[in-house]
Amino acid sequence: MKLLPLLLLALAGPALADSAQPPAPYAYRQLEDARQEARARALMEELRCLVCQGQSIADSDAELAGDMRHLVRTRIKAGESPSQVRDWLVQRYGSWVSYAPVLGPETLLLYAAPLLLLLGGGLLAARRLQRRRG
Amino acid sequence: MIAEIGLAALSLAAALALLQFAVSLAGGRLGEVRALVVPVAVAQGALTLFAFAMLIWLFLRTDLSVRLVAANSHSLKPWFYKVAGTWGNHEGSMLLWVTVLAVAGAALALFERRLPDKALQATLGAQAALALGFFAFLLLASNPFARLYPVPPEGQGLNPLLQDPGLAFHPPTLYLGYVGLSVAFSLAVGALVTRDVGPALARAMRPWVLGAWVLLTIGITAGSYWAYYELGWGGWWFWDPVENASLMPWLAATALLHSINVLAARGGLRAWTIMLAVVAFSMSMVGTFLVRSGILTSVHSFAVDPERGTFILALLTIYIGGALALFAWRVGSVREGARFDLVSREGALVANNLILSVILGTVFVGTLYPLFVEAATGDKISVGPPYFNAVTGPLTLALALLLFLGPLLNWRRDDRPNLRRIALPLLVSMLVFAGSFLFGAMSPLARLGLAVAAGLTVASIMPLVGRNLRRTPLASWGMVISHLGVAVAIAGAASDTAFTRETLAAARPGETLTVGPWTVRFNGVDPVAGPNWTAVEGHLTATRGGTALRLDPQSRTFSDPPTETNEAAIDTVWDGQLYTVLGRQEPGGRWQLRLWWKPMVTLLWLGGALIALGGLLALIGRVLRDRRQRMRAREAFA
Amino acid sequence: MKPKLWLAIPLIVLAFFLAAVGWRLSSPPNPTVKSRLIGQPLPEFALAAAVPGKPALTSADLKAGEPRLLNLFASWCVPCIAEAPVLVDLRRRGVVIDAIAIRDGPADIARFLADHGDPFARIGTDPQSQVQMALGSSGVPESFIVDGRGVIRYQHIGPVMPQDVPTILAQWEQAK
Repeated sequence: MKLLPLLLLALAGPALADSAQPPAPYAYRQLEDARQEARARALMEELRCLVCQGQSIADSDAELAGDMRHLVRTRIKAGESPSQVRDWLVQRYGSWVSYAPVLGPETLLLYAAPLLLLLGGGLLAARRLQRRRG
Repeated sequence: MIAEIGLAALSLAAALALLQFAVSLAGGRLGEVRALVVPVAVAQGALTLFAFAMLIWLFLRTDLSVRLVAANSHSLKPWFYKVAGTWGNHEGSMLLWVTVLAVAGAALALFERRLPDKALQATLGAQAALALGFFAFLLLASNPFARLYPVPPEGQGLNPLLQDPGLAFHPPTLYLGYVGLSVAFSLAVGALVTRDVGPALARAMRPWVLGAWVLLTIGITAGSYWAYYELGWGGWWFWDPVENASLMPWLAATALLHSINVLAARGGLRAWTIMLAVVAFSMSMVGTFLVRSGILTSVHSFAVDPERGTFILALLTIYIGGALALFAWRVGSVREGARFDLVSREGALVANNLILSVILGTVFVGTLYPLFVEAATGDKISVGPPYFNAVTGPLTLALALLLFLGPLLNWRRDDRPNLRRIALPLLVSMLVFAGSFLFGAMSPLARLGLAVAAGLTVASIMPLVGRNLRRTPLASWGMVISHLGVAVAIAGAASDTAFTRETLAAARPGETLTVGPWTVRFNGVDPVAGPNWTAVEGHLTATRGGTALRLDPQSRTFSDPPTETNEAAIDTVWDGQLYTVLGRQEPGGRWQLRLWWKPMVTLLWLGGALIALGGLLALIGRVLRDRRQRMRAREAFA
Repeated sequence: MKPKLWLAIPLIVLAFFLAAVGWRLSSPPNPTVKSRLIGQPLPEFALAAAVPGKPALTSADLKAGEPRLLNLFASWCVPCIAEAPVLVDLRRRGVVIDAIAIRDGPADIARFLADHGDPFARIGTDPQSQVQMALGSSGVPESFIVDGRGVIRYQHIGPVMPQDVPTILAQWEQAK
């Protein structure tokens, strides 16, 4: 029985063997246009690395994460908007690939939760306060 | 033989826990029970501590006939990591958990003088019930002392990546905090059983919550810095499930800490404080379970073991469900506390508790939501930083704004709050907000964060203004320093978001790069070797004005197991940190370099340290004052 | 609302938590990510030849009226060695197999084919995993069955082992 933390794997990059090929050009290089790079960077922080245990592609050394960064940067460079690139990936990998869950019937409760909690808690506190006054 | 002695001590402690629980259940019918329960609790704590010491000894000797040692240690490890290896695995960490639980019970039995006998007895009964379940888990499903035959010639635990001082101290610090909250839980259960909720309970609970909260704060702050330097991408919080698991008990404990003050000072928020005490330790158990069972995908995942997972889940169900049911049943008979107005210290603390609870609830829902969705529909979704930041960011700022006013208000009612004292902080905030536009584009949240942090820095000191500082109690100093720490931490986080500059490039030796105000020259690389790794070390010289820094990031390769890691080189200057990472060599001889200039990011952890320091001061102040009062009472009696 | 109802909320939350977690303990997580493109037309791509002397691969080649097995492999991928003889066997049974070599070089691919057999009609090279991502694939080896009109019909994640052959053949027949 092994309970070795997979943390080691995460630190060490992917659990898979690595190829001998160099990283894609834009895996470890920024876009020339700073505004485009900022947009790409923000998107990369919201995309899930496909082969890691739970890291975004913006902070993973996995090869596929590098290739995904290349994909994001080249598409942003070609003029696509971040949401177009995200949609393209979600079409292929499902909502799982995006750390920002797509708003839909499944995630309605998720997005409503903070508001419901605030409302419910506020009501509870207000009722107590009134009773104390009354 | 040592292993058998350890196991015997553990079994005896479990039997004592059963006795303690049974005697507490029998309660008053046995007459003077305190005289029996207290020694049993102390003996149970001592025996468990002894068993844990035996396990440490086995690890120090590298006794390979013990399965746990053989699987997780190695004779060639430095002695320090042999000791740390004791709790670097499932069985050992659970034994540490139980040890803290039992020792906390013993300390409660020895030192608690304020509570009536009945309440203490019920509390120790609850603590024994908690310990009993985890003893059973250890003895039946996770025996740390199990033998191995045939004895292997060498252990399997020479993993160099686990030999890190951060990993050695981080888990036990968090565990001490987690389990320290068990006392608050037991006190709450005891209070529900005896229907006696009042200031005495709050005063008994407060040092435990403060202590646990300080340790959790230290653990989370240190863990964040560890991730920052170890993962090599400059991030310090990832909303990873395991991080969330440590954050949730902290959030609950923070809320509890504030509501306890209302209960202690004014006798208010009785039911709510009891609820929070139950929730805080429940979150500790949930957190331990989520981490240990590995059921949520995380960077820190452990292998899933359904059998053990089910066992802990059963314990969780009994303890949390039992406490919540008891709460629902008994809380109606808890008297309502003293009244207060909306604009009062209590009112501000209620708002504080509301916001903290909403943050806690959101983190809980967000962490488990993917599991709910997958269980219900089979779809996989991810909930990550965009969601958590969007919700907790504004709420945290609202909480910080509340801090401008809250500590200045009077208890009960405040018809003429001293608005002059919040005018200055608000002015500072507005000036910084306006000034931030000189620095160009940044996210609105970062802009607001900088403004609120600057105002709060001033506001947090306001409660001291006009007071005789010599006669200001230590606890008030603690509050001021903790609140200042909140301001400092927000400033660090906002500054990192707003001002960080990043340069990713491939460079040949001799080339220069710029990152923010720094010019970084890449001088070349050298091979270096450590005890169990080889590395390529990059040499960088960073200059800004007259300042020159040398940074030597490494790209390390370990042979057993074969792994590569980046050792970032981080240099701290007065106004921030320069963070450099050496990547791989690209075809054509260029080396990948990752450079970040992070202005004021250091404030983030400094803030965490200040928050913990404030808690520590408050703890010392409360304990000393308690002792003084007791001694004075004794003198008066004599 | 009666105040007592509030008191049940924490217990309900606990019940939800226990249900979700209990469900996870009884059905361990499946770490693979399935492509959402099954039932969809193949994305357009044109890949260069992976090894000299072997034809290149474009999406048009996979719409030629006949179903194809599209295999994503790499010479550096250990499980790919395990599946190689099974692919050779499938080829012998009449399955037409095209391949995409992920992050690989011609010399390494040639050596891999020489060592482990070459059941492939065409091999395209995808040095930066860009077509792999267009297909919604997240690792090697993976295999897709594409019908004659270029619609993806089936995805197999991981190495194709002997026990998978009947399924692959059945899917192959269906795609005809």
